Amino acid sequence: MTQTTLEGTAGVALAIRGLAKRFGAQTVLAALDLDIRAGEFVAIVGRSGCGKSTLLRLVAGLDRASDGRIDADGAALADSGADTRLMFQDARLLPWKSVLANVGLGLSGDWQPRARAALAEVGLAEHAGKWPSQLSGGQRQRVALARALIHEPQLLLLDEPLGALDALTRIEMQQLIERLWLRHRCTVLLVTHDVEEAVALADRVLLIEDGRVGLDLPVPLPRPRARGAAGFGAIEEQVLARVLRQPELVTPLVDELPIAPGALRWAL
Amino acid sequence: MASTHILQAGLGQTSASGERGVFARAGAVLLRRLAPWAAPALLILAWQWAATHGLIGSRILPPPLEVLKAGVTLAENGELWTHLKISFWRALIGFALGGGLGLLLGLITGLSRRGELLLDTSVQMIRNIPPLALIPLVILWFGIDEAAKLFLVAFGTLFPVYINTYHGIRSVDAGLVEMARSYGLRGWPLFRDVILPGALPSILVGVRFAIGFAWILLIVAETISASSGIGYLAMNAREFLQTDVVVLAILLYAVLGKLSDWAARWVERIWLRWHPAYQ
Repeated sequence: MTQTTLEGTAGVALAIRGLAKRFGAQTVLAALDLDIRAGEFVAIVGRSGCGKSTLLRLVAGLDRASDGRIDADGAALADSGADTRLMFQDARLLPWKSVLANVGLGLSGDWQPRARAALAEVGLAEHAGKWPSQLSGGQRQRVALARALIHEPQLLLLDEPLGALDALTRIEMQQLIERLWLRHRCTVLLVTHDVEEAVALADRVLLIEDGRVGLDLPVPLPRPRARGAAGFGAIEEQVLARVLRQPELVTPLVDELPIAPGALRWAL
Repeated sequence: MASTHILQAGLGQTSASGERGVFARAGAVLLRRLAPWAAPALLILAWQWAATHGLIGSRILPPPLEVLKAGVTLAENGELWTHLKISFWRALIGFALGGGLGLLLGLITGLSRRGELLLDTSVQMIRNIPPLALIPLVILWFGIDEAAKLFLVAFGTLFPVYINTYHGIRSVDAGLVEMARSYGLRGWPLFRDVILPGALPSILVGVRFAIGFAWILLIVAETISASSGIGYLAMNAREFLQTDVVVLAILLYAVLGKLSDWAARWVERIWLRWHPAYQ
């Protein structure tokens, strides 16, 4: 097992061994192995229901794995104390808290200056006093990003965070995410169904098929990446061809539900 | 050059129509404010006219001016305020007791599976008893004392608050709860920052229902047995054939009900100011 560390990183290295997740008789992930270097930006693509979101939820500790283990820097991730933050497809801002208070959620002490700084980092400093309902979809996701980054996470998990945004806002957000990642140097796991987005942002693109890593492709392009660059199209094409080879799943998998039924019925 | 002229002419036009627009808009606002009162005002005018022209006997329905005079007399000798105050306190204390207990029970059954298992069926069963069916029992238990009225009001206000609290907590967005947990919120902070605010719109709906019930039950309780309060005022006046006072008491209930509903809405507007419906 080789775990090289990128220079100047604040991230953790992940080692996933034999990870499995079954919902009843249905196997979503079957003995998945994966190594991620500290500070690496990894994108996970795959068809709907291939288990990519399930993998992310397992890493985030939101669901329990049926089998296997996830280690961070050599110890079990859950016990390692590594700060992990998850950004959801919907921003999930508390509508009854101001934008600033949403960013400062879960912080104690003198959190307001920090929250303001985090908001400024995503370019929303002047919206601090607004309610989330007064923001656009893209702005809400930027608030969610600020909320995740204020904790200076060692591992940032992005679950299709840009899926609901329009094309232009999405490109803007991709640039913002790349810029912030280059500054914070945390390990990032991005789940997306947009192959172009994966190639634009990631050091490595993974494809999950049949519950395993089907393709593991490094993206050795210099940053910032131009979509028109020669190597870009070739890599995108290669991933896309592989994704399309897989038949689309006709039966909806449990995986597609944002939250497993009954999992959160009881609040306390 | 020609184009600037056209532009200026266009601007002049808009400012003139803008002024007209301001007046028209102010008028429209005034009209919208007054419109809800048009029907009651017409009704009162028709009533006054019919009464003074002998179409309605004053035993049946005294003219509005008589009712107003009765109100002024009672206000001047202080009787009106005494009864108003007593009725108001009964409604308030009864509501506080019933609403508070309903909130507490709703929180218990909404938040804990064991609480729901133990309590919900029982509460739902008791809920189906019409409060007025309890009156004979209440009189046996408490006599015609203050406690009887408070019990009836509390009994009627408990369930609307209970059901809406329970339902409100259950329908808090599970995605938000999951998010808050992943940000380390547990126990009291999770309740204070996520669950309670999420359930609040529903809880306040329950409160408004409960306030309506509180007045209805208080009227009944005071009419059956009381030595003070607006219901007593009405029943006492009936014995002396003072129809004007009876009508006055009925109108007072309408005003009190409207005022308390207005207060509840005001609370909603403050507590739910984050809600798009209140912006």
